[in-house]
Amino acid sequence: MTAAFLIASAFLASAVEFVEALTIVLAAGITRGWRSSLAGLGAATLALAVIVAALGPTLTLIPIDALRLVVGALLLAFGLQWLRKAILRASGYKALHDEAEIFAREQAGARAAGSEQRAGLDWYGFTLSFKGVLLEGLEVAFIVITFGSAQGSIGLAALGAAVALVLVAIVGFTVRGPLTRVPENTLKFAVGVMLTTFGIFWSTEGAGAHWPGDDASLPAVLAFVILLSAGAVGTLRRRRLAFA
Amino acid sequence: MSRVRAFGLFWWDFVVGDDWRSAAGILFAIGITAALVAAGVDAWWLMPPAVAGVLALSLRRASR
Repeated sequence: MTAAFLIASAFLASAVEFVEALTIVLAAGITRGWRSSLAGLGAATLALAVIVAALGPTLTLIPIDALRLVVGALLLAFGLQWLRKAILRASGYKALHDEAEIFAREQAGARAAGSEQRAGLDWYGFTLSFKGVLLEGLEVAFIVITFGSAQGSIGLAALGAAVALVLVAIVGFTVRGPLTRVPENTLKFAVGVMLTTFGIFWSTEGAGAHWPGDDASLPAVLAFVILLSAGAVGTLRRRRLAFA
Repeated sequence: MSRVRAFGLFWWDFVVGDDWRSAAGILFAIGITAALVAAGVDAWWLMPPAVAGVLALSLRRASR
């Protein structure tokens, strides 16, 4: 159960980030040229690989309880950000994430930028793609390293992320446009729920307490977070309508 | 802005975001859990309601 949950969480979180990175790479590629955009993608991927390769093995040297405490606290702070935004979007207090709109905005910015050649590359296209992939990829790396190390299996978390990468790359190559049909807002909600669930579970274990039934209590924590989120969406929707 | 400061701000924004009170509330709840465990109480039940409270307060601030 925990392994499947771990892979699914890493897959969903990574898929969301890869869809966002794809939008930026496409915008840079279409407006500034594919060579620069793909060079930026490659350079960022290399930088991310170095970060994961350096941090992953180092974290496994830290005692598991200390690691779960730190990772649990980080995931809770990080996960609650996702969950809060997702609840605000679902209840109408925040605009929905729109990949087509972001694509159009990135394209407009890329078209308006001046032309500067460095190392034979269009520098704006390269940096736009590099920054986009690096920033979205850092979130993936953060999730893979924290999930994997706290559960003692970076490989499984990396597997979930790798499947997401391959899937998004294949669909992106096929569609050659922003993946507007991906239910990104729903995915972000699911990721917020999962990050918060793991955060509650590991921070409690890291603080020295023990869940009844150990890992078997994870589904109960998940159910609690889902009910809490659904209740929050319902309350905020009613409140918004009452004040409308 | 120095690179070190920019690096620190990036990670602050990445993990804590725009609601530092939520992060502080989480740290406080974890601290209380650890203190109860040290006092001999297996306080596994504390974090779920604490997170519910932190989230509720954060949503209340954001939806005003």
